[in-house]
Amino acid sequence: MKIPEKFIVALLALCAGLTILVTAGVLYTLASEAIRFFSEVSIVDFFTDTQWTPLFTEKHFGILPLLSGTLLTSFIAIFFALPIGLTIAIYLNEYAPRSFAFRIKPVLEILAAVPTVVYGYFALTVVTPFLQGFIPSLSGFNALGAGFVMGIMIIPLISSMSQDALYAVPKAMREASYGLGATRFQTAFSVLLPAASSGIIVSVILAISRAVGETMIVAIAAGMQPSLTANPLVPVQTITTYIVQISMGDVPHGSLEYRTIFAAGISLFVLTFALNNISFWFKKKYQQKYE
Amino acid sequence: MSQKLEAKNVNVFYDQTHVIKNVNLSVKANSVAAFIGPSGCGKSTFLRLYNRMNDLIEGFRKEGEVLLDGKDIYAKDLRVEDLRKKVGMVFQKPNPFPKSIYENVIYGLRIRGVNNKKLLDETVERSLRQAALWEEVKDNLKKSALALSGGQQQRLCIARAIATEPSVLLMDEPASALDPISSSKIEELIYELKTQYTIIIVTHNMQQAGRVSDTTAFFYLGELVEYDTTKKIFMNPSDVRTQDYITGRFG
Repeated sequence: MKIPEKFIVALLALCAGLTILVTAGVLYTLASEAIRFFSEVSIVDFFTDTQWTPLFTEKHFGILPLLSGTLLTSFIAIFFALPIGLTIAIYLNEYAPRSFAFRIKPVLEILAAVPTVVYGYFALTVVTPFLQGFIPSLSGFNALGAGFVMGIMIIPLISSMSQDALYAVPKAMREASYGLGATRFQTAFSVLLPAASSGIIVSVILAISRAVGETMIVAIAAGMQPSLTANPLVPVQTITTYIVQISMGDVPHGSLEYRTIFAAGISLFVLTFALNNISFWFKKKYQQKYE
Repeated sequence: MSQKLEAKNVNVFYDQTHVIKNVNLSVKANSVAAFIGPSGCGKSTFLRLYNRMNDLIEGFRKEGEVLLDGKDIYAKDLRVEDLRKKVGMVFQKPNPFPKSIYENVIYGLRIRGVNNKKLLDETVERSLRQAALWEEVKDNLKKSALALSGGQQQRLCIARAIATEPSVLLMDEPASALDPISSSKIEELIYELKTQYTIIIVTHNMQQAGRVSDTTAFFYLGELVEYDTTKKIFMNPSDVRTQDYITGRFG
């Protein structure tokens, strides 16, 4: 049987349209519930109140503690992942023999394929006890261990995309640098990194975006206590873990407490959406042109 | 005059492919040698022996000796970075770094830890003057090198190569990607630079080889067919293959 071309085109268009439809639907749900939330809670309080206690008798709806928890764990993750990921990228692209690099890259990407729940327990039962050996004041649930493990998870994201960016730097740049008597190290740091910087920055922004949205690791290992702090040794709560907490709990459907998760959700959405757009903008604006 | 560069019984292999076949060739100090021959004849590979750029290619293997001022440049105790400071290179396509004009010129000094502002400024002016680019860019040294025209970029690359004061300058078809005016500027430049440097130029342009060089080497299928004064090669070549190539019968 021959399927008419028109039918296939329609089917493909439908699939493409579906993703847009789903995005729009998610946005609608988030926005409509969030609007109802903000009709009861002032948006000024939401951004300035330093406490987040929707479930207590004395209610506070300040997103800052959740935001600080999210940013703190993400920052710790990037703090570990960026230098390691970048070093791996430079090693694979500039030092390792081609055949070895091609074989090791998929192995490295397995790191990103480990279920995050496994990472969560790894952070809670291995990394945190290990760190407590050095930092006795570290509490059982903390931002440091969770952030560190999250960093391990996003290493391949940074190393893989950064390597692609380094690989895209024309061979002529390397030859020019070597021809002037530069070592591999000098070539990598003085010529290749700057030339690939736009691609590397994009990889970092996407990695931050991934860390900001990460849920399971921080839910298991970072604790569930919203607190406005930059101290990595104490328990924190991120926006994502708060949403998990409420979604699984026995908060009545349609109540104000219930709607807080939509307010938190839309904050998260705006944050990751902005990050993705910044990276897109960066890619377009600073893409190096050599010709 | 002394021999600046000498190659003795040189063979080059890429894995199993024999690309340079038993070549012996000497270049006198402060002269210009042109390497000519059809594409794939090994002339660029041979040029890149002098600054060991072939080392970067996986599967490269060399036999025989290459001497600079009588010393083996493939000796174990020699740092390849030091060699490349003495033997500068200009590539086929202009390849300035995506940095300012100023930073491009002093790159070779920067990587050697030179930070003396006065010395760097002097080097930039001297190199750009020698490369006949100073008058065009002296007010815009902070401008990106990528904003220059192709011909200007290539002269910048020459300035960059001579900033470290090498004694040998390797040029791999330096004018092939340029328009005729830029190309003739590069030729004039080669003529000027000859007083201070030993220059080897790979070219596909017969007229160019005839105009700028003192000696000419004709490579064919990895062999050095003939090497003599440029006058002799172009007026009265000994080998019939050289004759055929120069008169345009193949290549």
